[in-house]
Amino acid sequence: MTTTTTTPTRTGRAAAATADYLDQRTSVGGAVKEFARKVFPDHWSFLLGEVALYSFVTLLISGAFLTMFFVPSMAETEYTGPFATQEGLHMTEAYASTLRLSFEVRGGLLMRQIHHWAALIFMASIVVHMMRVFFTGAFRKPRELNWVVGFTLLILGLAAGFTGYSLPDDVLSGNGLRITDGVVRSIPIVGSYLSYMIFGGEFPGTDLIPRLYTIHILLVPALILALIGLHLLFVVLHKHTQFPGSGRTDKNVVGYPLFPVYVAKAGGFFFVVFGVLALMGATMSINPVWNYGPYDPSPVSAGAQPDWYMLFLEGSLRLMPGGAEVVIAGYTLSLNVLIPAVVVPGLLFSLLALYPFVEAAVSGDKREHHVLDRPRNVPFRTAFGVAVLTAFFVLVLAGSNDLIATHFRMSLNDITGVLRIAFFVAPVAAFWMTKRICLSLQRKDRELVLHGHESARIVRFASGEYIEVHKPLDEHERWLRVQHEAIRPLEIEPAEDARGVRRKGYRSDALKQRVSRWFYEDRVEPVTPAELVAAHSHGEHDALEAVPVEQAPQLTGGGRHLVEPTDPDAGDRRA
Amino acid sequence: MSTHDHGHDRPQGDVALRGAGGTVGAAGVPARFEDPGLEPHRPRRSDLDPKAAKRAERQTVVLFGVSILGTIVFLAGYFLLPLGSSEAILRSNLALGLGLAFALLGIGTAAVHWAKSLMSDHEVVDERHPVQSSPEVREIAVKALQDGVADANVGRRGVLKGALAGSLALFPLTIAVPLIGELGEDWDVSKFKHTWWKAGTRLATDPDARPIKASDVTIGSVVHVIPEDLEEAEHVLDEKAKAIVLLIRLDERDLKPLPGREGWAYQGIVAYSKVCTHVGCPVALYEQQTHHLLCPCHQSTFDVSEGAKVVFGPAKRPLPQLPIEVDSEGYLVAQSDFTEPVGPSFWERLK
Ligand code: HEM
Ligand code: FES
Repeated sequence: MTTTTTTPTRTGRAAAATADYLDQRTSVGGAVKEFARKVFPDHWSFLLGEVALYSFVTLLISGAFLTMFFVPSMAETEYTGPFATQEGLHMTEAYASTLRLSFEVRGGLLMRQIHHWAALIFMASIVVHMMRVFFTGAFRKPRELNWVVGFTLLILGLAAGFTGYSLPDDVLSGNGLRITDGVVRSIPIVGSYLSYMIFGGEFPGTDLIPRLYTIHILLVPALILALIGLHLLFVVLHKHTQFPGSGRTDKNVVGYPLFPVYVAKAGGFFFVVFGVLALMGATMSINPVWNYGPYDPSPVSAGAQPDWYMLFLEGSLRLMPGGAEVVIAGYTLSLNVLIPAVVVPGLLFSLLALYPFVEAAVSGDKREHHVLDRPRNVPFRTAFGVAVLTAFFVLVLAGSNDLIATHFRMSLNDITGVLRIAFFVAPVAAFWMTKRICLSLQRKDRELVLHGHESARIVRFASGEYIEVHKPLDEHERWLRVQHEAIRPLEIEPAEDARGVRRKGYRSDALKQRVSRWFYEDRVEPVTPAELVAAHSHGEHDALEAVPVEQAPQLTGGGRHLVEPTDPDAGDRRA
Repeated sequence: MSTHDHGHDRPQGDVALRGAGGTVGAAGVPARFEDPGLEPHRPRRSDLDPKAAKRAERQTVVLFGVSILGTIVFLAGYFLLPLGSSEAILRSNLALGLGLAFALLGIGTAAVHWAKSLMSDHEVVDERHPVQSSPEVREIAVKALQDGVADANVGRRGVLKGALAGSLALFPLTIAVPLIGELGEDWDVSKFKHTWWKAGTRLATDPDARPIKASDVTIGSVVHVIPEDLEEAEHVLDEKAKAIVLLIRLDERDLKPLPGREGWAYQGIVAYSKVCTHVGCPVALYEQQTHHLLCPCHQSTFDVSEGAKVVFGPAKRPLPQLPIEVDSEGYLVAQSDFTEPVGPSFWERLK
């Protein structure tokens, strides 16, 4: 590490001495050798995970600031302070300290607003990051476990957001907790006891905020931090996936080295994310709790919205018809609450968590994948993802149905009625449409590969026939459109072996095969070289009939088109 | 003719198959296309033109300068701007926030610009290896485990293994049992079934607890009500969360009392629990013409003229009614507590 051939500068010498000192005590050289030039592929969508990471760091920084001034107590106090409308009001220490933090601590309001915006962006970036991982198939072997780690992070993010939102003890957060209490009580048999366990007795009690505080600032962040560590460890271990393109295979990784390019880009990007969050905290008011007042079980304001990532639950509760509550042998089973608040989210989240394993089973694919899928090339998965998102989106809309009603002057009951139907119909329609779109995009890819780009140049032949000149794809463009394999439905062994003995495990195989057909029956195969040759010689036929013989060799036509041969090396002349 | 533009004599099949190899199909054509390999590197402006590189460097310096300015603005705002009024707080928030934002965005954009325009943009290719360890390593690992098991000498000592598993499985109870046991404090969930209302408790206005005379309540009006003596409760908010009531006066002709509840209203004045039977929000919005009460949380709608039955939304049960009458001084009082548990349903609600 110390053998420099050029005369070292003073800083160079100091750096070398430090490195030497450290290496003799930590053998850090090994780690530097391993990581310094590690290659990461570049794509804007790979930044989404980074946005999540950096908003989490911002949450830690701003959150630590808030803990210095927030008092997590439900002890009652009387407000005295600069905010005149609250003067003399009874409130908890939690709410009073939130007011103090906002009005009497310089920079306190800024830190509160940055913290809240960071939480919203954190959740949004996790969700979009998850979508990118899903739609590109980045969860395939060997990354299934990292998908599960990421999924757990999503759940922990929800927990962090929920517990944090409840801390200031204003009317909105108190109402949120009241709803939580109602949902918990609906759980069969143990509901009432769970409610007592959470609130330390009856709602609202005096224990909840200190309890939430410990969860919010210690347990959940510690778990998130540990799991982010594991998540990134996996990313390094697996090496990041890459989008398909020439030269990119499952056996290599093409990109830029960690040091210096990513150190600068990713490090800089942290400051950009933090900076944008600061800009939001500076200019956009969020959760102005002083407008809502301290929690009291009696008042409520219409049009109050929970944070966006909770809206789907709110919407789900709103859509459910009340009739579903039943009494069995004197015991009350509140299906009108259980289904929307427990069963529906449970189903949506389980589908997400388990999808990689389902896909692995029904595709029968046991290979490692490091080149991402183009979403169009996996129509079932893409359509399924869009369907789940659509269901989620309908619930979010339902969670804002009152705002929609007042904004567009529509009847609330009508909107709810339409959304009840949409919850079942829209995902199916979205599935069907997305699948069609994917298949036709694939057909368009085939078309392009076989016949080239339309050049908008029309040529007239001696025979009087007009033909548009087509420009063939260069080999890099073509490779992008032919590199994938269309997955085919599973083939399984027959139910009986040669001696007519029924095979064990046939039924589960048959089930897998049925699901597999559903996944992969409709597919478009990529163009093969033979097909391309056939297309060209077919075009040549047309051409030969139509043009003078001496011109024929230069003409490579596709179907009814002429293809203009270009130099495949001239990559920069692509359309 | 246009197709003559390029003096080009490659036979056409070659255009399609350049570089093709691999499995060769029946017609001598490969079954799949072959990866043409990385595209050639395209240099950036700053690679070709030293002036562009110099310019990029200057821009980077300026961006770092913006960051330093941002920090100065922040500090100036911190030391110079007072708090006190709401305008002052907003002004301080804006100044500090913008200062911080520029301090951070300056560094961030400078670093990214530097990386994009001045650092090498030659893509590097690294190999990947299968994630699983090599067969030799696996063999050694399996061997190590087998040796360890052998060394531990537990192979045939079933009872020992059982005792180990048993003690490990049981000891967490020492933490979990008291933790869970204490979390619910007295665990007396029957409190869900009673509220602060008793026979003779005066209905009083929320929040200032003034008792209400029947004659003060005009037709069509709504009063938010608490028990007059609520402040005497040990846990005021816990009791308030169950005892809040809405008092509404209808035209007596509009009122259709349920069988058995004929004496529960007083001259068209009815009192209903304000705690939604869905999941417990305060049912706070009253529509005079329709006599509908609307819960803002999930829009359950209750018809006050017909025993507060559900006419829309996710709630199943009507709001519980508080039987009322007037005392000798003309004040509205409760005849008793609610006759059923208020608020959201729970498993043993009817037991
Ligand atoms: C606390 C929240 C999260 C943080 C901070 C985070 C951060 C990151 C980062 C920085 C990367 C590498 C860059 C990238 O591909 O974007 C990454 C990759 C990944 N994340 Fe997350 N993530 C979070 C949540 C999730 C969730 C909710 C999922 C899915 C359920 C997920 C699944 C994955 C997977 C499978 C990869 C590997 C992707 C690949 O190599 O292409 N992550 N994550
Ligand atoms: S709490 Fe009233 S409708 Fe849900």
